[in-house]
Amino acid sequence: MNLKKVGNQTVVFANPPVILSSYSVVGPMEGQGPLGNSFNQVWPDNINGEKSWEVAETKMLQEALQGAVTQAGVQSDQIDFMLAGDLLNQIISANFAARQMALPFIGVYGACSTMALSMALGSMLIDGQFAKHILVGVSSHHDTAERQYRLPTEQGAQRLMSQQWTVTGAGSLLLGQAGVGPRITAATLGRVLDYGETDVNNMGAAMAPAVADTILNHFKDLNRAPSDYDLIASGDLGSVGLGLATEVLKRSGYEMGDTYTDCGVLIFDPSQDVHAGASGCACSAVVFAGHIMERIKAGELKRVLLVGSGALHSPTSAFQGESIPGIGHAVVIEA
Amino acid sequence: MFEMVIPAFIVGGLICVVGQLLMDLTKPAFTPAHVLVTFVTGGAVLGALGWYAPLVKIGGAGATVPLSGFGYSLAKGAMEAVGKKGVMGAFYGGIEATAVGIASAILFGYLVSVTFNPKG
Amino acid sequence: MSNQNLREPTINITPEEYKKLSQQRTPKPKAARNIPRAFLVGGLICAIGQIIINFFLASGLSRNDASSAATAVLIFIGALLTGLGVYDDIGKWAGAGSIVPVTGFANSIVSPALEFKREGYVMGVGAKLFTIAGPILVYGIATSIAVGLIYYVLRF
Repeated sequence: MNLKKVGNQTVVFANPPVILSSYSVVGPMEGQGPLGNSFNQVWPDNINGEKSWEVAETKMLQEALQGAVTQAGVQSDQIDFMLAGDLLNQIISANFAARQMALPFIGVYGACSTMALSMALGSMLIDGQFAKHILVGVSSHHDTAERQYRLPTEQGAQRLMSQQWTVTGAGSLLLGQAGVGPRITAATLGRVLDYGETDVNNMGAAMAPAVADTILNHFKDLNRAPSDYDLIASGDLGSVGLGLATEVLKRSGYEMGDTYTDCGVLIFDPSQDVHAGASGCACSAVVFAGHIMERIKAGELKRVLLVGSGALHSPTSAFQGESIPGIGHAVVIEA
Repeated sequence: MFEMVIPAFIVGGLICVVGQLLMDLTKPAFTPAHVLVTFVTGGAVLGALGWYAPLVKIGGAGATVPLSGFGYSLAKGAMEAVGKKGVMGAFYGGIEATAVGIASAILFGYLVSVTFNPKG
Repeated sequence: MSNQNLREPTINITPEEYKKLSQQRTPKPKAARNIPRAFLVGGLICAIGQIIINFFLASGLSRNDASSAATAVLIFIGALLTGLGVYDDIGKWAGAGSIVPVTGFANSIVSPALEFKREGYVMGVGAKLFTIAGPILVYGIATSIAVGLIYYVLRF
């Protein structure tokens, strides 16, 4: 059998799947940010008339999934599987959105790396000839995440300077075996790496080693260098994590240079007072589905490496003083 | 009407600065809940040692409005009740002395929670 | 091939070195900015408290009752400002200045209860009123009982 796996942890697709469409829905704060114009829909507020923030998040994910399907002009009975995930316990936003979509559903959890992970898995299903069309999507919501992971939103506490702001939004892509659009040519699935960070207010520092490890393995497996890419974007390391990952990669022999950035740094302006940048499943999802796809289509970017970053802890593990394991999943997108 | 207002401002402000130092200079897991628990317990211990009463004398509301003042009232109430009723006083004195605060916190807390919705 | 997953991390940094690096790169709280703010707002809330006490004293209440009544008024104000969605903004600016006064206690009672109303009135509001108030009452009351008992023993 001809194995499509290359090196330690990379897969290279024989028939690279096509991104037929992309759709993003965000909250008001993301809409006011520097990438505001690249999103398909901006909600006027975080709840949009629903009865709870959780319901609002599900609704947002549904709109993103539906938007991607409509935009691709593919009938829903032509979609073989739907892959989705989010941050809430038992991934309820994805489960409830899947209830509405009525497609064969694979729930995916990779914390904030879920979008990149779903893109990799979806591409493997298509290239493995198990599916023709795959719908992927993720969501996160600032207020649902705050109350699950941190403090009540109305609590008068100061956020720490290393803290990141969870993006309210949902992003979705429709992947197809054939058609017109950018292609996913390879993916590097990450290992869980834990360098002992226990501070839940410093997620970027917890995830940076795992992201650096995945990028490094990606380069080694494919014998590539940073200069082979027009853009390398990690998911949600934020400003602290981006600096750390860059430094770790430098010590490991790779100067990342200007091509390396982070979706969590791009989506908000420093004047929006989010401290160390953004986080959440939707962070990398909407920045990719909106901003990066726009630049690929405009011909500005020929080859992009998207590295989703996830912190695989729970409130329980954090309370018990466990350190935060991180993971990074990389996908290569070529125009 | 405005007597003691300046001392209250200064003493109250200084007590809050102690709280800020606790949050900024300790490990990041020190949340508002930890600050408040520290202040209540600290106030009760200082009250028992007789060190908090002078602060109340100088600062008035500046020493009673911070949560350390709540701890001080708890300890003072328990000790006074022991003086009157013996060992049982240790059990009811603290709660009796702070009953208005606890009861109004529950009542107003409930009413506000039922009336408003979180803005996020 | 078989023991591939057992290989060492490829990144060239030890957990100890990483810890040092991460501590260097993690921004510290801006204490120089936070302390004056905490002083100002904390002082202001206590000054308002003093004015309320003076008002109750003037209307004939005893010193103890005036102090209790003022506490109740401050708790009401703290709870209301939380309901209106203002207290978290004050807290963001003032830090401990609005956490340590009794209005911060009210905020810590209302903020979880408010948010968990959607989970019902018993297990939502009722239970969550005490998320933060619970520990405060537990440690406060337990300490006062211990103080009372020690005082009882020492008197003889």
